[in-house]
Amino acid sequence: MENFERKFDETIKMGLEIVKETEEDRLMTLSVGPQHPGSGHFRFTIKVDGDYIVYCDPDPGYVHRGEEKMCEYRNFIQNIPHLERPVIHDSTNITYSYSLAVEELTNIQVPLRGQYIRALASELNRQVYTLYWLGIYGIFLGHSTMFMWPLGDRELFIDLLEALTGARVTHAFNIPGGVRNDVPEGFKDRCLRQVAYFEKRLVEYEDIFYNNPLFRQRTEGVGILTKEDAIKLGVTGSVLRASGIPFDVRKAEPYDVYDEIDFKIQYMKTGDSYARSMVPFLDMKESCHIIRELLDKMPQSGEVRAKLQPNPKGPAGESYKRVESGRGALGYYIVSDGTPKPYRVKLSVGSFRNMLALPFLMIGSKLADMPSIYWSLNYWPVEADR
Amino acid sequence: MSSNQSNTQNGSEQKKNVTDSTQTSLSKKTEITIPEFEGSIVNQLVTKFTDKIVQVVYVRPGRTKILVPPNEIVQVATFIRDTLGFDHAESVSGTDYPKDNQIEVIYHLSSYSDEKLSSHVLALSTRVDRNDSRVPTLINIFKSAEYHERETFEMLGVYFEGHPRNERFLLPEDWADIPPLRKEFRIKGR
Repeated sequence: MENFERKFDETIKMGLEIVKETEEDRLMTLSVGPQHPGSGHFRFTIKVDGDYIVYCDPDPGYVHRGEEKMCEYRNFIQNIPHLERPVIHDSTNITYSYSLAVEELTNIQVPLRGQYIRALASELNRQVYTLYWLGIYGIFLGHSTMFMWPLGDRELFIDLLEALTGARVTHAFNIPGGVRNDVPEGFKDRCLRQVAYFEKRLVEYEDIFYNNPLFRQRTEGVGILTKEDAIKLGVTGSVLRASGIPFDVRKAEPYDVYDEIDFKIQYMKTGDSYARSMVPFLDMKESCHIIRELLDKMPQSGEVRAKLQPNPKGPAGESYKRVESGRGALGYYIVSDGTPKPYRVKLSVGSFRNMLALPFLMIGSKLADMPSIYWSLNYWPVEADR
Repeated sequence: MSSNQSNTQNGSEQKKNVTDSTQTSLSKKTEITIPEFEGSIVNQLVTKFTDKIVQVVYVRPGRTKILVPPNEIVQVATFIRDTLGFDHAESVSGTDYPKDNQIEVIYHLSSYSDEKLSSHVLALSTRVDRNDSRVPTLINIFKSAEYHERETFEMLGVYFEGHPRNERFLLPEDWADIPPLRKEFRIKGR
């Protein structure tokens, strides 16, 4: 027995000598994703020193599909269905700026009613996306009610979009020259009724989630992005507006009918995770007003799309157009060589631009704050990878 | 839909100087002449660095494109940030032109801090030899270009000199083919 204890002590001593702590040994490397349920199809490597994150390196590309290369093989119209795939929950907005750019290249004029309908579809789609994001944000902060409610209420807008476009998620509704079909009968009343109901629900969201002390503790003062850093990193969308910069493409560079719509840019000044989760919520509220206004001002009758040539093409040239999507400015840079197929298409998407803020905010914060920072960036891995 | 109209559309004649594009817009008598504000940006650039260095490709409402040689791009970008007030890069992309044996790298710059510029996107482009495509990085001037440049490196094989990480980003780690956005890369089966 004595012998055993002596041996045991020696072993421990020996062990301690072998595991002599160095700076590098103190750090633990964690791989978050790509199978991790909290990251989406995205991986980032972090190193932690105790509770604090000291290193973070994003590694996207697990859902890279080569959208930009695929565009070079199809003509301007054929490109629409596959361009929705990077973010199917916001499929109207991702094809919106593509349509705008192609219209500039091929010189197509969109009828006024068509402009209103696609602005309406894009607002409805923004609600769908933001609710989906909010649901995921809720569940990863351990708030399962906030997973169930938004995903349930999202059905309201999915149903509306189904009535409008004929498809529930991937609509392929925007085309260069307008929208595919007109608004169905009775759509306005149904839309107004459901938006009114949704606004009541938003009040409940605020009570149960945004005013929840647990949620506030986990997000307030966490991952602060100052105004200067936000500009330097070139972030966009809700991340930018949460840092006190009132920039919204719908106001900065109004496209289609947005210059006739009266709405306010929603922004906050604190720049923490709470502000970043609050801004999309305020956007949803504002979107309800925009939807109502669009329905009011929409011309009662008229064409919804311009007559297109079978294989539209324009002179050689290039175009850069952007819209405000659920994740911020979404730009398309299209180069045309005068043939019906684009020569080069580049998507500049909000998720990819906001990714730069991820290591910036992670380093120095606690490991426990990782989910609240990561999901507050409004990051959609599939869109970033394209 | 005033933004649909543009002054110069011809992408093949991309090397025009500022007087050329003014004349075409006036001679065509389109509804929109060169907008004053955009014109003033271009004028400042051309006055600072002669029209040999800064070639104006087009000036449209809200959109301006200039072409500069790769060895001058850092100076021009510094001037654009410090004097003109463009503070971030929205997008960096490259276009392959095998016919000219060139690759065009294009930065779309915009501004958050200056409200007047928020509707404006300045395209700063440069052209390099396809076989030896090296451009100085702009991440010290526009930090926001970091991941975009890395993407351009792997997709088009443009080496950004001074960029800390010219390495894989979106493509698989074991990618062993030419950069996929070069024109000679074909999707298999097509």
